[in-house]
Amino acid sequence: MRTIFEPTKGMLPVDTSYCPGCTHGIAHRLIMECVEEKGRLGDTLGVSPIGCSVVAHEFMNIDMCESAHGRAPAVAAGLRRVHPNHLIFTYQGDGDLASIGAAEIIHAANRGEKFTTFFINNAIYGMTGGQMAPTTLIGQKSTTSVEGRKKEVNGMPLRVSELLATIDGAVFVERVALNSPANIRKAKKAVMKALEVQEKGLGFSFVEFLSACPTNWGYQPVDALKWLTENMIPYYPLGNLRCPEEVK
Amino acid sequence: MSERVLMKGNEAFGEAAIRGGCRYYVGYPITPQNELTEFMSREMTKRGGKFVQAESELASINMAYGIAAAGGNVFVSSASPGIALMQEGLSFICSAELPLVALNVSRGGPGIGGIQPGQADYNQVTRGGGNGDYHIPVFAPASIQESIDILYDAFSLADEWRNPIMILADGMIGQMMEPVTLPEPKAPISEDEIAVRKPWALSGTKKGHRSVVKSLRMQPNDLEKHVEKLFEKYRQAEKELVKYDSDRIEDAEVVFVSFGTTARIVSEVIDMLAEDGIKAGLIRPISLWPFPEEAFSKVNPKTKVVISAELNMGQMMTDVKAAVCGRFPVRLINRTGGIIPTSLEIYERAKKILGEYK
Amino acid sequence: MAKFLVKFNVDKCKGCELCVSVCPKNILAISTTEVNAKGYHPASITDMDSCIGCASCATICPDCVISIYAE
Repeated sequence: MRTIFEPTKGMLPVDTSYCPGCTHGIAHRLIMECVEEKGRLGDTLGVSPIGCSVVAHEFMNIDMCESAHGRAPAVAAGLRRVHPNHLIFTYQGDGDLASIGAAEIIHAANRGEKFTTFFINNAIYGMTGGQMAPTTLIGQKSTTSVEGRKKEVNGMPLRVSELLATIDGAVFVERVALNSPANIRKAKKAVMKALEVQEKGLGFSFVEFLSACPTNWGYQPVDALKWLTENMIPYYPLGNLRCPEEVK
Repeated sequence: MSERVLMKGNEAFGEAAIRGGCRYYVGYPITPQNELTEFMSREMTKRGGKFVQAESELASINMAYGIAAAGGNVFVSSASPGIALMQEGLSFICSAELPLVALNVSRGGPGIGGIQPGQADYNQVTRGGGNGDYHIPVFAPASIQESIDILYDAFSLADEWRNPIMILADGMIGQMMEPVTLPEPKAPISEDEIAVRKPWALSGTKKGHRSVVKSLRMQPNDLEKHVEKLFEKYRQAEKELVKYDSDRIEDAEVVFVSFGTTARIVSEVIDMLAEDGIKAGLIRPISLWPFPEEAFSKVNPKTKVVISAELNMGQMMTDVKAAVCGRFPVRLINRTGGIIPTSLEIYERAKKILGEYK
Repeated sequence: MAKFLVKFNVDKCKGCELCVSVCPKNILAISTTEVNAKGYHPASITDMDSCIGCASCATICPDCVISIYAE
């Protein structure tokens, strides 16, 4: 019997704490599949954020540490100083990365830190119970924007990939979506390239995953992916924004 | 061979740290400790270490957390408002039980305060300015030589206790120059040694087990157990890390309690009082946490008054009163805002206080 | 005769239905009677013979429930 698909050894054989239909599980698996396929489970270090995925270290089968809210890129920069050749990544949500950790991500990118940041954009604060994030869409309801986000009060949703793509040190920037098998396969290719960028020492690499939070959005998982497709992708266009020649 | 040189405090801190085994330094510009960051930017790479200028003190303490989590001997420095920003990270680092050395070259506050020397960070550094139950051993040197001696040992001490070690040096010590003896450089720890001595450090699962550095404990029972374990360590530290100097306290009529720069001025005041026939003594806490309560048991039972002399509004008084435990009246002689009192000023104020306890 | 074998690690399933929604052959279903150890109605395959081995279900599953083998 030939194996077509088996769960990666990069994921521990435990149940995740994520809600049914939450796409954190897909993002975790893609990253760990790539690390396993590169044969680097033994020398990869991950930094988990504050948010639902603070406990990513309970699911990913690698050495990991937690970080204070938004500070994961600073922590990863520290890890990199000690381990110049390991694979190192941060895994961060939109509240963690785009709000409280905006300074850390911008400066890590600007220094061209040789690690990868995986950014989970689900347009809401998940762990704290559905508050408005910097990436919450105009009109999207949250527990701190009950009538929907308003431009004149909260400003426009932040397009982090576009912002980082203006920074010289961020040599690889791509936005992907976890809304369909086809897009998930593309997402995996982006993860592979991002890791190759750091293996080749080319600079900072960044993959933004448009993700679903069915629980806090108030949709069934299948409808949440539909909402993502219809609302998030038009505002957050998919595709590569920066890619060095070496990994094209 | 040890070397005798004339050095500025801020540069001596860096030299002592490197000789003491520091291989990583993270800093952010803030007065009055900038010469240290500048020194480290020049020296670290030359001497096999790494220097990072962070985008903020928040980032620098978290880079240090990453370095410490990976097993590196890391040093961070800042001054009062910058240390305030680092408190978040220090709380995480204490919970995660990571070794780190932090230096506070303190100035006046609150707020941006001023840039002249101060000791108004006493509460900030001894109480743990971050959230939760934790302690950080704090040492307050009174000279550049003493700063060197403390920093030289601080990295192995931090490793041994798996806890940050804080050095509180006021701006005066950072900015002045003194002749000092530099100790022999310690050999840096190799990567193989890190794996053996710090099996908890992140270096990848290829080492044979999985390491996780964390502070989150969602179950109240787990968190309580973790904090109790931390406090077993702190109780041990209270026994083993107490450090102080005392001078003529066994037959003193008046005992001063003073640390850092202020203690040096008070030493002179004791001699001035002696010339008047007044027996004065000094307890100089070197460890501010743990506070050297035991020193107070040696104080002459007939002492009339204990005077806390500080460059703040009397922050150390709380600890002095707890140590004195009602046996003597406790009074304060202080200046704040960056003003350093002369020995004459302290002498005159002490005489006035003594007049009340005839 | 089925060409593929689709295995479900039933007790890991959270019943989110994402696999059901992407199956091009519509041969996956959420059980209406069975309840797994976690208390969810798990997904399962209703017609193994029609499976084309595309792995869309396993690709979108957030919980590493599904393994697929070719006979």
